[in-house]
Amino acid sequence: MTTAGSPAVTANVGRPLLGGRRFSLDWLGAIPFLAYVAAFLILPSAIVGVGAFLDANNSFTLDNFVHLSRSYIVTSTIETTFVSAVTALLGASLGALLSYAIVTGSPNGLLRRLVVSASGVLAQFGGVTLAFAFIASIGPAGFVYLFAQSHGVDYYAHGIWLFDLPGLNLVYLYFQIPLMVLVFLPALDGIKPQWREAAESLGGNTWHYWRHIAGPLLFPAFLGAVLLLFANSFSAYATANALINQGQPMLSQQIAGALSSEVGAYEPGFAKAIAIQMIVIVTVVTVLYTVLQRRTSRWL
Amino acid sequence: MALTRSVQRTRRLKLQAFRIAIFALAAVFFLIPLSAMVEFSTRANNGSRTLEYWQSITTYPEMTDAIVASLQLAVITSLVMLVLLVPTMVWVRLKLRRLNRIVEFICLLPLTIPAIVLVVGLFPMYIWLGTNLSDSILTLALAYVVLVLPYCYRALDAGLGAIDVKTLTEAARSLGAGWFTVMWRIIVPNISNAILNATLLSVALVLGEYTIANNLLYNNLQVELVHLGRASAGTSIAVAVGSLFFAFVLLVAIAFVGGRPRRQRADPVAAVAGPVQASQA
Repeated sequence: MTTAGSPAVTANVGRPLLGGRRFSLDWLGAIPFLAYVAAFLILPSAIVGVGAFLDANNSFTLDNFVHLSRSYIVTSTIETTFVSAVTALLGASLGALLSYAIVTGSPNGLLRRLVVSASGVLAQFGGVTLAFAFIASIGPAGFVYLFAQSHGVDYYAHGIWLFDLPGLNLVYLYFQIPLMVLVFLPALDGIKPQWREAAESLGGNTWHYWRHIAGPLLFPAFLGAVLLLFANSFSAYATANALINQGQPMLSQQIAGALSSEVGAYEPGFAKAIAIQMIVIVTVVTVLYTVLQRRTSRWL
Repeated sequence: MALTRSVQRTRRLKLQAFRIAIFALAAVFFLIPLSAMVEFSTRANNGSRTLEYWQSITTYPEMTDAIVASLQLAVITSLVMLVLLVPTMVWVRLKLRRLNRIVEFICLLPLTIPAIVLVVGLFPMYIWLGTNLSDSILTLALAYVVLVLPYCYRALDAGLGAIDVKTLTEAARSLGAGWFTVMWRIIVPNISNAILNATLLSVALVLGEYTIANNLLYNNLQVELVHLGRASAGTSIAVAVGSLFFAFVLLVAIAFVGGRPRRQRADPVAAVAGPVQASQA
């Protein structure tokens, strides 16, 4: 029983059948759901939010946030930002090209349905299996590497970059490009062929059309998608952890590291501070995305 | 005139060449890693084909335990999700319309909270759960329900949006049906596609979950895949291919179920009449 609910209930006792005031009972129907969400979504979020400001004795401290200036956290933040930016920009550009190739085909064609369904699957396809897929293909024992090697090409001559940041960039593209297709296709669908015809009838060529009409219209959608992709890879953990198990370069791995007691580095408060840092960055990016999305929907 | 036609023709040819090039490159990038896993899991040391890795899956009891645990988690998560979400969403549509936006916001919230952040908050909770209630791996389902919430909400929302919940419920209530009958015999049959979608999505998500299980120190399928990968890469990749294929079949099923045209929408009278007749029979 919540304290806020009880006065309303007692007020109703006097006139239960007069109608209009029985809404308080209807709230009971939503209580199981709200209670569950409070316990397993709101409570853990609150634990992170409050715990970041507490030390081991549960008294207030800002030390956890001071520790964010440790060199390995700064390095991780920079490297995670770098990987996220590279995969967001590359993924968005390549995904936009793929979307354009889809949208110029038949709108109800088999190819379009196939690519869109496949994108839906692959955008969710992260984690351990994705890392394995790349290890099995271009890894040191993968058939692509063996094939290249037998033809005199050794792309690991300067070290096995697959298990390092360059590899992570490549692997992340595997889910970034399909995600771009999913979020960018609706914007491209909004472009009307009449606009191009109008531009042509006024004497504009392809360059003019892209520079003055389609480009400015699609740019907010594109930029918004870049931000979404950035947030997506910034918070990714499973793929990075399955691919790179030494050095923990990603910020998400640093959170896990501060949480695990294996290495004697158990710092729950610090883990929460890094988590807050991640949430702040992801939230800022997501809010910008929402703003841009609204701007896009004005025209498309 | 002839000039514009030839310009348009070259433009169309260029576009076709561009499309073929893009699709070919995409096919190479996306299909090679997938096929490579199949190739890797059937390659013997001397280069010939073998099913040895696939057969050896059962010789790793940790692996089979993890597979069983993940399947159980998938079933429990789906059931809890449906029991929690379907009645609430129907109830909110009928009685608490102004709560609709709040429920939607809450359900989509996990999309903006990365799993690695959620796990930091869940960590002390699971320590408490482990010492006071149960340290079974199946308790992970409690957290997984939250994880699948956004996807299942969207699937169920689409299903409920396609039927007239209010009219159907009022019709059933006026014929004397209780709330349980309304849910079980009116709403559920009418949104069976959406329920199937939501269930398959949550199964696929639970089978692929790694972040939460790994950091709460439970060995589910994905965590065990990484462990086994260090001992026997071939066997590990064989299991990965198997689970991927299973998830793929589920998601293709979704695409087919979702792609089927809805008849209810075209004819609302039939939608009202059908279930009422069924409940009288």
